[in-house]
Amino acid sequence: MSFPITLTVNGTRRSVVLEDARVTLLDLLRERLDLTGAKKGCDRGQCGACTILLDGVRVNACLALAVSHDGASITTIEGLAVGEALHPVQAAFLEHDGFQCGFCTPGQILSAVGLIQEGQTGGDPERVREGMSGNLCRCGAYAGITEAVLTAHAALTGPDVLPGRQLAEDAA
Amino acid sequence: MKAFDYIRATSVAEAVAAAARPGAAYLAAGTNLVDLMKGGISRPDTLVDVTRLPGLDRIERGTDGSTRIGALVRNAALAHDPVIAKRYPALAEALLSGASGQLRNAATTAGNVLQRTRCPYFYDTASACNKRDPGAGCAALGGVTRSHAVLGWSEHCIATHPSDFCVPLAALDASVEIAGPGGPRSVPLEAFHRLPGDTPERETVLEPGDLVVAVTLPPEAEAFAGHSRYLKVRERTSYAFAVVSAAVGLRMDGDRIGQARIALGSVALKPWRARAAEDLLAGAAPTPETFAAAAEAALADARPSGDNAYKIELARRIVVRALTLAAAGTPDRVPALPASPFAPNPSAPNPSAPSPLAGAPVHA
Repeated sequence: MSFPITLTVNGTRRSVVLEDARVTLLDLLRERLDLTGAKKGCDRGQCGACTILLDGVRVNACLALAVSHDGASITTIEGLAVGEALHPVQAAFLEHDGFQCGFCTPGQILSAVGLIQEGQTGGDPERVREGMSGNLCRCGAYAGITEAVLTAHAALTGPDVLPGRQLAEDAA
Repeated sequence: MKAFDYIRATSVAEAVAAAARPGAAYLAAGTNLVDLMKGGISRPDTLVDVTRLPGLDRIERGTDGSTRIGALVRNAALAHDPVIAKRYPALAEALLSGASGQLRNAATTAGNVLQRTRCPYFYDTASACNKRDPGAGCAALGGVTRSHAVLGWSEHCIATHPSDFCVPLAALDASVEIAGPGGPRSVPLEAFHRLPGDTPERETVLEPGDLVVAVTLPPEAEAFAGHSRYLKVRERTSYAFAVVSAAVGLRMDGDRIGQARIALGSVALKPWRARAAEDLLAGAAPTPETFAAAAEAALADARPSGDNAYKIELARRIVVRALTLAAAGTPDRVPALPASPFAPNPSAPNPSAPSPLAGAPVHA
């Protein structure tokens, strides 16, 4: 049994024929579409390294069966920058050293983009940490990651919604 | 993962007919099922994809004040829905205390209700498990049991139900709407999950082909909105299953409790409604002594299933803490650390004023 599906990946329509319904979105991206930015960490929904935007929201690509998402729109780390211009979240991760080895970074960045779009943190560091808890970092770059997400949040939503950060700066 | 056939259902009738066949399973987001299939714990021959079924992704208010949550409403959409957050705040807090942002964006209402136990022996296909292989025995008995059940367990299974969402649903008298080969029916959530007895492989009242299409909250459920909390002890602050949790709601009648609702999570193979404790609170004043008595009543039948006697005292303290927080009033917004006993109580008007918790241990 084969399953033809069409996805829009980073703005480009991609048609593939799945010969097996077991293929996850993660394996499809990495093995069939040569997009290896989304990483296979645990492959069981526990580490977040495979995080992508699926129809605009962050999900674990390792737990999504590709055949179920025919017609979906996907954004991966390869689709965030515009030419040489980094996405504000990418730039903020560089600015704040939000990584060390980099393996979890594509997932962290896509998760942060999704988190900011969800609009629930209000720039509160505690809500950012809670909202990013689905992304593990074995290097322990969490302090930099939180700073990066707060900076990107400010860049993407305006500086007037950062009470937690303002407090931290006042204290310093 | 074992190979399987894939059917994308376009109507409830088509889905039910396809899933009534032996070896078939429903697929929604797959956040639990695909994980179980990767581990060889679930081995369906056919997946019936229900994600395209029309009309199941809506939250609807009934004219009688009930709220009907479609089976395909995602956990994140449900938690952030203004009606849900305002009328059933413990439901929103429970949802936001569960899983991760990514999983909440995918996981569905029905999938949450139907999620399987996280007993490590159930997950380990090299271990004996009466759920996976009826009659094989239970490797958890005598094993590492600190997270296992203290209520309603049997010698055949000591697993717990892991859902946060189901705990306030049980407290609020929710019901599960089912479409099946025999037609539609509705089952109280409290009766939906089965205790293990000698058939732990039968986890719910669902029969082959039965499809959960909605979860409904009755009109009286919103009477608890003003004094409602979900509290959850975890082994890490976020993205962890409960060791013990509690959902409570109080309908205040002046200075006294008119009616109370209490349910416990991760103590049994189903969300555990504590009716004796509720009865004890009805008409009582919200004092520490009353709450302690209610906690005693809630755990009166508890007994350890291994090295987990600590969960009984922990559950008592979580009941007292949840009642204390609920009596102080529902926060305007779900706290930054949802359901965490370590989060400051945002509804406390003056942090320096003596509180009912003064003198109580900070780390319940």
